Parts: sequence; structure tokens; C-alpha cells
Amino acid sequence: MTQKDLAASDIHAYLEQHQQKDVLRFLTAGSVDDGKSTLIGRLLHDCSQVYDDQLDTLAKDSERHGTTGKGNMDFALLTDGLLAEREQGITIDVAYRYFTTEKRKFILADSPGHEQYTRNMATGASTCDLAIILIDARHGVTMQTRRHSLIVSLLGVKHVLVAVNKMDLVAWSQEVFETIRRDTIDFATKLDFVDLHIMPVSALEGDNIVHRSEHMPWYTGASLLHHLESVHVASDRNFIDMRFPVQYVVRPDLDFRGFAGTLASGVVRKGDDVVVLPSGARSRVASIVTYSGEVAAAWPPMAVTLTLEDEVDVSRGDFIVHPRNIPEHSHDLDAMLVWMAETPLQRDRQYWLRTTTRSVPVMVSDVSYRIDLATMRQSQVETLHLNDIARVAIASTKPIYYDNYQRNRGTGCFVLIDRISNETVAAGMISGRKAIRPHAHKATGDTQKSLVTLEDRVRQLGQQPLTLWLTGLAKSGKSSIAYALEKRLVDAGRVAKVIDGSALRSGLSFDLGFSAEDRSENVRRAAEVARLLNETGVICIAAFVSPFEADREEARETIGAERFLEVFCDAPIQVCEARDSEDAYGRARRGELTYFPGITVPYEAPTAPALRLATHEIEIDAAVDRLVDLLESRGMTRG
Amino acid sequence: MTDKLDYTLSNLEQLEAESIHILREVAATFSNPVMLYSIGKDSSVMLRLAQKAFHPGPLPFPLMHVDTTWKFREMITFRDRVCAENGFRLIVEKNEQAIRDGINPFDHGSNTYTRIMKTETLKQALTKHGFDAAFGGARRDEEKSRAKERIFSFRDKHHQWDPKRQRPELWNLYNTRVNPGESIRVFPLSNWTELDVWLYIHLENIEVVPLYRAAMRPVVERAGGLIMVDDERLRLEPGEEPQERLVRFRTLGCYPLTAAVLSPATTLPEIIQEMILTRRSERSGRLIDHDEAGSMEVKKREGYF
Repeated sequence: MTQKDLAASDIHAYLEQHQQKDVLRFLTAGSVDDGKSTLIGRLLHDCSQVYDDQLDTLAKDSERHGTTGKGNMDFALLTDGLLAEREQGITIDVAYRYFTTEKRKFILADSPGHEQYTRNMATGASTCDLAIILIDARHGVTMQTRRHSLIVSLLGVKHVLVAVNKMDLVAWSQEVFETIRRDTIDFATKLDFVDLHIMPVSALEGDNIVHRSEHMPWYTGASLLHHLESVHVASDRNFIDMRFPVQYVVRPDLDFRGFAGTLASGVVRKGDDVVVLPSGARSRVASIVTYSGEVAAAWPPMAVTLTLEDEVDVSRGDFIVHPRNIPEHSHDLDAMLVWMAETPLQRDRQYWLRTTTRSVPVMVSDVSYRIDLATMRQSQVETLHLNDIARVAIASTKPIYYDNYQRNRGTGCFVLIDRISNETVAAGMISGRKAIRPHAHKATGDTQKSLVTLEDRVRQLGQQPLTLWLTGLAKSGKSSIAYALEKRLVDAGRVAKVIDGSALRSGLSFDLGFSAEDRSENVRRAAEVARLLNETGVICIAAFVSPFEADREEARETIGAERFLEVFCDAPIQVCEARDSEDAYGRARRGELTYFPGITVPYEAPTAPALRLATHEIEIDAAVDRLVDLLESRGMTRG
Repeated sequence: MTDKLDYTLSNLEQLEAESIHILREVAATFSNPVMLYSIGKDSSVMLRLAQKAFHPGPLPFPLMHVDTTWKFREMITFRDRVCAENGFRLIVEKNEQAIRDGINPFDHGSNTYTRIMKTETLKQALTKHGFDAAFGGARRDEEKSRAKERIFSFRDKHHQWDPKRQRPELWNLYNTRVNPGESIRVFPLSNWTELDVWLYIHLENIEVVPLYRAAMRPVVERAGGLIMVDDERLRLEPGEEPQERLVRFRTLGCYPLTAAVLSPATTLPEIIQEMILTRRSERSGRLIDHDEAGSMEVKKREGYF
């Protein structure tokens, strides 16, 4: 039964259904040439969201400004609302459209594909749960597809639906679709998408938009609308880290003092112990007040008013959080910045940084690199211009409380505002890590202050601290060999410790995902841990896939070339895959794991390892023997 | 462990939370805000959201009604009663000079009339009171140029909107900074649709002007629309004879410019049912939008809400 039928036959059932409905905010990326406007027009039209008088206006406008030929409705004109846009046949700004089905309400942020797309896409994506990226089946994955995907990924949109459009123009070919699907997975592996769906559609003909296509029986997945209706987004929000930025103090009389705000993340309950930041004052939640009465708990994005048991000083801009889970704070931030103003960044100028309910004066102290969207490469620049995307360091006059943007959108985002013109000039995503300062602390850096020398430690433990860095594909035997070696060494009276991927990710690197950047950061942290262990005199056995040559080189530099022994666990991929009881390889091959060295991204084998172990040919014991020999040859026992 | 998957909010709950956030943001950051109260259904929802935002405190800003003197009489009665009952501070602004000049929608055309009685009066009042932020109940689904307007919409010293110089608006971080003389129009209902508004009125039991409900009312047929003869000022054309018809209004404005629809819907469920089944958008009853393509945008550039 359609919505209208239900409304007509049983309005009370209809009202009941609509009061319970949730909402999906999504954006569409792609240019007019990819058929974006046709897709939107099709969705709105097929969901009966276009009224007759709007169609009349559209017909009139199509006649005057249309670009689709005589007699055809130009659906782009449904969304291009401004006079200048219609006169020039371009889209200037993000347009918001609304439609509803029996399952959900949809808020669609439609951002233009060409003109100033970076700024507009970033704006649209900032509030979206899902992005539709359109690909013209005739052209496949283009540079523009990559750019749009990068921006969507940067803004932390978790769900991505790639619609391969105009399938009617490639004779509904499965082969064409499969090629594009593989290409898409190929580049998407480098981005942080949690959920990626790829589907063949024809917006013009309506295939796989609302209804399943009859032309493509080989495609067995859901239609685009069905996917939009069923994708689960409620658990995307962070319900772990309670962050309540105080927005407004409600104080109608001497008896009531409440702190109004919108939960940025986490869950707050009546009776919770809380701490106020930055003052550090402790108290307990006395009540959670709303107009309709008190509630026992609140979660994002609820807007509530908290009262506390104690008379503590709280004002706008403060954070109320749980004492055991407080956000990061620092004067220095590492962030990705999208420059949005016509006037370029001025490095010697202060800007307002606005995050949650707080504003502080800051300067952009360093531009680490700009991402060149034409080549997708990093480049060194002095300043930033409109639509530039760059990694920067921000220096603040006051400490800023924040979380990593990818973990917590609400407390990891900010905008920069010009202090004279009051223009919003940039949007930023905090990476949650302080700026990495290359060459600041290398192997011998901070030990100089210590009154204990490395020689003292070597004498004490009777061993030379070395790092064995085991690299190789997943399931190539790294960890098994590492732990066997650790046992052998400790049994022989040595002090040794294994660090591996799973151990690091459960603690130190819990905040990292599996994108290329996060993988590199994980390797960087592993190298720092190895260095600390070595400086304590401990032999470190590091077992990491570490697929990139550059990352391993950096690890060598951090740990010190004289201590760093690269060991290549070299087994053919078929052997590794056969050993894989968890079916990780299978999932990677099916496109379910977007980043998987050897399958979706290359594994860069070491060119000159200290030792190569053909782990499919030798037993673990034999491998351990050879590693002990290697350590001996490098003076391990010369204590 | 927590019952994480139960932490969901419905569409209406999310819209409500977003609107409350916006209302509080203005109260916290502007020195002299005002809420434009147009007495219609959207204003009624906006007012309820404001009550929620500052509960248990009173509204931290006054309401202002720009009275063109051609509003339906029932609207004025409703306005005065609602404000008196809830203790809202109400400012009523009229263009006294234009009233003396006899500006009316018949002789001066809807464009000129609207510009003088509504837009100019509004701009003068904002300047006179020194308001630096003004809430309006407009929604993005109403009209195409609204679909591209920010929630916090910057206006220059002349109260004008420049669609090409809008401030980027990301996440829920609103730029609330203005220089003296400049102002911001704020639209807390930006993401609400007409259906959302009615559902919320139904769910929250919000009182609306009775004109939204069907009743026998005296109307004449003009240019395809039904115009209510609300008082003796409506000049009847030769041959026009007011007839009692069962009608109601989807939107409310100046009575000579607001067309009624034939309808038997008297309850909220019936009104909502009719809205879903209709094939005309709500603004089709507003005569001023149809003067020319892009007419709303032109009015907004001049300072209209």
C-alpha cells in the first residue's frame, strides 16, 4: 500500500507510522553530466514529492532556462533555486530537499559538482550520514570520482553508495559494471569508508532507483531507495564518550540553575558523577530537565538541561563530562583544513576557532602539506586558497578540549572565523594527535638528560638491545615466530618483548582505523615503542604487516639503523590465504574489507632485508634458530 | 553493557532537538534578539520550541508582529490571547505613514503593497529596536530560494540578503558574529517540512488559529482563488457576490492575498490527510509568490523574511 493509500484509508495509522519514523541525511556528489539532477528529480518524482504547481513552474522554467531540450523537464531546475543559477545554468550552492517514504524521512543535501565543489561538498557532507557518489557508466571511475570520495571520507561520512549510472547507455552490461566495481573498490581501500555499496542504475529510465531493474537480472542487490530506507545509521553516533558542551545557563529564579546544551556524544544519566572542564570541579547530575518532564537519561543529539547537586561555577563554553573519560586538551592541534574563503590564509593573523560552544583566538602555525586534488598528491605550500584541503598545525592561546574527529564528529570539528570581516573562512577536522614534529626526538634525543646511560643498562642486563622487525603478509607466520623466539630468548636469560598489531590496536592505537594514513601512524607508534624498549635495554620483536617501504624506513630511522633488523616473512599469498581460518582474505576479495595488503593494496616486499624467512618451507623452530643466529651475529650477547 | 541500539530518536525528536539548539545559540550569543511572530502554524510551532528551549525559564526575547492591518481578524484575536495567556512580551509594528497614505493591496498591487507594508515596516522596526538577530518560521521546503538559505542568514546594514555571499554553515557550528548595524535572520524550522509541522502540532497538541479548520465562510472567487470577505474593506468587483462556502486555509497572511481551499476538514487528522492527498503546494495559495519566477528571492534580497 502506498503512503497516499494509507493516508486515504486510515489516517490514524498513517499518523502513528510517521510519528515514529527516523531520518536519514544524505548528500549526492557528482556533476550534472553524471545524471545527478535526473537522479534527484527521479527520486522526488517517484516518491510523489513534486506538487502540480511546482511541475507547472518547472515546465515554464524548463522552457526558459532548461538544458535538456524542448519539451523535456529539466529536473536540475527543481533544485537550482537562485536566479543567477538558472540564468547561467550552473549550481552555486548546496540545496536542501526533503522527501518521505513509509520507512523514513530524507534530508538531501544536493551540492554542485563543478563550481566550488570542495567548499559546498564539505558543507553538505558535514551533517550527512550517507553519500551517494555518481559514476557515469560510460566513463567509469574518474579523477572527479576520487576527489568527491576523498572529501566525503575526510568529512567522516561512514556510508557510501556508489551509483553507476546510465547503464542504459552501455546496454545494461554486467561486464562494464564489474570493471567499474573493481576500480571503485581499488581506490576506496585507501579511504575510511565503513560501509561501501556499489550498484548499477539508470536514473533516466528508473532502473534500480525505486524498483529493481528488469534489464539487469544479474544484479541481485537492493534498489537505491530500498538501500536508503534500510541502511542502519543510528549506531554511527558515539554513545561512549559523554560530552555535554554547555550552551546556555537557564536561571529563571534563585531556586533553579540549569545548564542547557545538546549532547555531542555519549549518554548522561541522572546520578552520574561528572566533572566540569576546564575548572575541574566535581559534582553529580541531580536531574535532566525537559519541557515535558524530567528524564532518566539523555543521548545525542538530544537538547536537554542538566542540574547539578553542588553549587559549582559553570558557564557557556564549559564541558560537562564523566571523570574517567575526559576529552583531549592541548594548545596545539593537528587538523585537516578546508579553506572556504576568497581571501587566502594569512599565517600571521589570528582567527576565531569555534568548536562546540567555545571560541578561542588561534593562528595556523604550520601547513604540513596540501592535497592537490588534480593529482591527489601532497605538495608543500606557503598559504591556502579557496577550496584547498591541507593538513595544518593550529596554535591556540588557550587550551582546547577535543576528540579525534573520526571518533567523535561533535567534538572534533571546528570552523575558523575571520576576526575582522566575521566571514567563516575554513572548516577543520581535528586528527586528535598533536602535530608530529619530524626529527625532534630521535634515537639518542631525550636520553641525554638521563643520568643513566645506555651502557649502564647494557651492563645491567648483559645484552645488546636490538629490534627484530618482522614484516610480511597477514598469516605469513610473523606472530607465531615472534612469540616462539621470545620464549627461547627469555628461557636463555635474555630480556625480550614482543609487540604486534593486535596488541597495539587494543590499547595504544585503539583510535586508529585501517586507512593508509592510520596504518602508517600505527607503524610509527610501534617504532616509538620499540625505541623505548631498546632504550630500556630490552630486545624488541616487532611483528607488523607494515606493507609500505616508506613506513619501515621511518621505523628504521626512529629506532636507529644499527639496532634495526628487518626480517621478511616471505610466504606465497596462496599459502597465507589457505592458513586463514578467519576468512579475512575471502572478505577482502569480496570487497568487504576495503584495505587489505596483498589483495586490495600492494604489499611492498623488502628489497634488502637482514634476513628472509621462507615461512612456508621451514618449521617455526628452524626459523627461531636462524633469528637467534642473526641476533648473535649482531652482538646480542656482547653485554 | 548499555542498551545502545535503543538510543534512537525519531525524525520529529531530532528536528525538535536541532531547533532547540538553534534557539539557545541565539539567546546565548546575541545581545538583542527578537522572534518574528506571524501567528501562523509555523510560528505556533516555533513558539512552542522556544518554550521548550528555555524551560523552566521565560522566553529571553520578545515577540514582534509586523501588522499590515490587512490580516484576518481571527489572527489578531488569537495573537493577543496567546500572548496574554503565556505572558509573552509582544511588540506590534505598523507602517503608520503607509496607513495614512492609504496603501492597500488593491490599488498598489501585491508587490508594492507587500514591500511597503511588510518588508519596509520590518526593516524600520528592526533598526528602531536595534535587534541584532531575528527568528523567522520559514522552512526550506517552502520555496526554491529558501532551500539554499542558511539557518543563520547574514543581513547587511540595509537588511539585505546576498545569496552569493552566504557564510558556509557546517555541522551545528553557527557563525553568530556580526558588526554593529548588521544582523542575522535565524530559521529554527529550516529542516522541517509542512508535514512535520502538522504532525508536531498534532502530537504536541499545539493550538492554531481556527482559520486552518474548515467552516462556512463568506468568499468570492477571484483569479481562480477563493478570497474571504473578512471585513467591509474588500472591494467587490461588479457581479461579485459573497457566498458562504465550506473552506479553510493552508497558510495565513493578508486576507485579500490569501486564497482559501474548499474543504470539509475540521480535525487535525483530516487536515493532514487532505494535505497528503492534495496535488498543490501550500504556497500556491499565496498570491505574492507568483508575480514572477524568482519573486521570493527578489523579495528576500530586499529584506523580506
